[in-house]
Amino acid sequence: MIVKRANLTLWERLFLPTLLGGLQVTGKHFIRTVFGGKAVTMQYPEQKWVVPEGYRGAPYLVRDQAGDTKCVSCQLCEFVCPPKAIKIIPPGDSSLKADRANAEKTPKEFEINMLRCIFCGFCQEVCPEEAIFLQRDYSLTGETRDEMIYNKEKLLALGGTHAGVQKWKQKLEEAKGQETFPVKD
Amino acid sequence: MEAIKQFFSGLSWEQEFVIFTTLKVCIVLFGAVLPIVAYAVLVERKVSAWIQDRVGPNRATPFFVKYLPVVGPILVRLGIFHPLADGLKSFLKEDFTPAHVRKVYFWIAPAIAVVPAMLALAVIPFGSKLGDQKMVIADLNVGILFTFGIISLGVYGLVLAGYASNSKFSFLGGIRSSAQMISYEIAMGMSVIPIFMLVGDLNLSKVIAYQADGAWLVFKQPIAFVIFLVAAFAETNRLPFDLPEAETELVGGYHTEYSSMKFALFFIGEYTAMIAASAMMVVLFFGGWTLPFAGLNESATTFAMGLAHIGIFVSKMLFLMVVFIWVRWMLPRFRYDQLMDLGWRRFVPLALVNIVLTAVVLWALHPK
Ligand code: SF4
Ligand code: SF4
Repeated sequence: MIVKRANLTLWERLFLPTLLGGLQVTGKHFIRTVFGGKAVTMQYPEQKWVVPEGYRGAPYLVRDQAGDTKCVSCQLCEFVCPPKAIKIIPPGDSSLKADRANAEKTPKEFEINMLRCIFCGFCQEVCPEEAIFLQRDYSLTGETRDEMIYNKEKLLALGGTHAGVQKWKQKLEEAKGQETFPVKD
Repeated sequence: MEAIKQFFSGLSWEQEFVIFTTLKVCIVLFGAVLPIVAYAVLVERKVSAWIQDRVGPNRATPFFVKYLPVVGPILVRLGIFHPLADGLKSFLKEDFTPAHVRKVYFWIAPAIAVVPAMLALAVIPFGSKLGDQKMVIADLNVGILFTFGIISLGVYGLVLAGYASNSKFSFLGGIRSSAQMISYEIAMGMSVIPIFMLVGDLNLSKVIAYQADGAWLVFKQPIAFVIFLVAAFAETNRLPFDLPEAETELVGGYHTEYSSMKFALFFIGEYTAMIAASAMMVVLFFGGWTLPFAGLNESATTFAMGLAHIGIFVSKMLFLMVVFIWVRWMLPRFRYDQLMDLGWRRFVPLALVNIVLTAVVLWALHPK
């Protein structure tokens, strides 16, 4: 497409309309900022941006409504994590029991290295237990590298509870229901 | 007091000259130019912020602020302490010399960028008199010629920097600056000729005296003023003509490879050139240290008057500096060909026409 450029009039070629227009726009903004206090700046460390619901920030572990750890140490998230930020130590032979009835395992240790995490959300997506969620924290700081490796305790504390489906509770009730089900012969 | 008086009366004319000139140089340079440069940078940042709906620098808080109630926080909000932090930072930063540069030129380029701008200030009368001393460092008969001679040296700093850095961006910046500054020097030089045709003298003090007697030259020579103003923008590499350091296309232009104090020197050079250009405009077009009322047009007889004159001069100059700064945040950068076109095909002929016009008018008014 060829756009025809209209020839400038003499008045326009004198550059004056541009000058006046520029002065008007800049003057308006100047006055509005200085006297109207309309600056858009947010004084960052003191004032923080409230991110909208559903924002994909740092991944934290969540508990279910009963206060039990949802993670079953399946290690799918560890496997899928692109920058290998997650490190899970499964219970192994130890007698560590899951908090919930019907859940078989719970991780002995669960670490996310927040220096490595890229907030991609794969862990949340892959988790079969809805145990890990990307939440609204977006600026994590620490003074040492070790401080930036969040362990299970910290992740659970930061994660809070999640009002989702309680998969194993349901299964348990189903099973109980089946026990009392009048079996036809 | 008596001892001091006696000391001075015992001095020969030369000794007195040397002492007072040194004193004036020191005071002007360290008492006025460098602080103005530092705070011009702050004003630049603040004005840009306000025009862009931001708040600008408002954080630097030195330790003594907590002893200042009320005023302290206000000063911090205005960013008054940022220039100090900036200066300190420039000194403390690593002065990195890339391996691929031409060392000698790389080292002298920043100095060459600063010195001419400062030298140009020497001939500018920034006040009438304090005591017996004329408030101009060098009251040359050929004032304006000196200024143009010195200012044209300024381009070497940039060209050398561009050449010495041995990098594409710097090189392009250097080339652009040489072409731009040389072209606009011609327009600038020709724009002031009508002024000296009217005044009949090249001495800048005489130019001020002429304006004190009649109207300011900006009213008599508006065309010359417009050309001079635009050329000053081009000479000082300010937007809309900041092609030598066009950040969007040339990274940093001629000072891409510079760091630390060397970079700061370029910065000081740019702002000093701005001060020099503003001061020059005040002298040539806005009546220098005079004001057409309250008897401020006469050379000072009392000490207070002398100070008032300096104050008037500085205020006029600062006003023009703000104009420089404001324009930077108002107009987009010109294209290179537009810049050249404007210089050679618009301003040079216009300046010539202005000269001829002035000559004709002068001839018509005073036929001999
Ligand atoms: S959000 Fe992505 S990078 Fe971060 S822990 Fe989960 S999978 Fe790994
Ligand atoms: S967070 Fe989810 S995916 Fe990761 S180990 Fe626990 S249950 Fe498996």
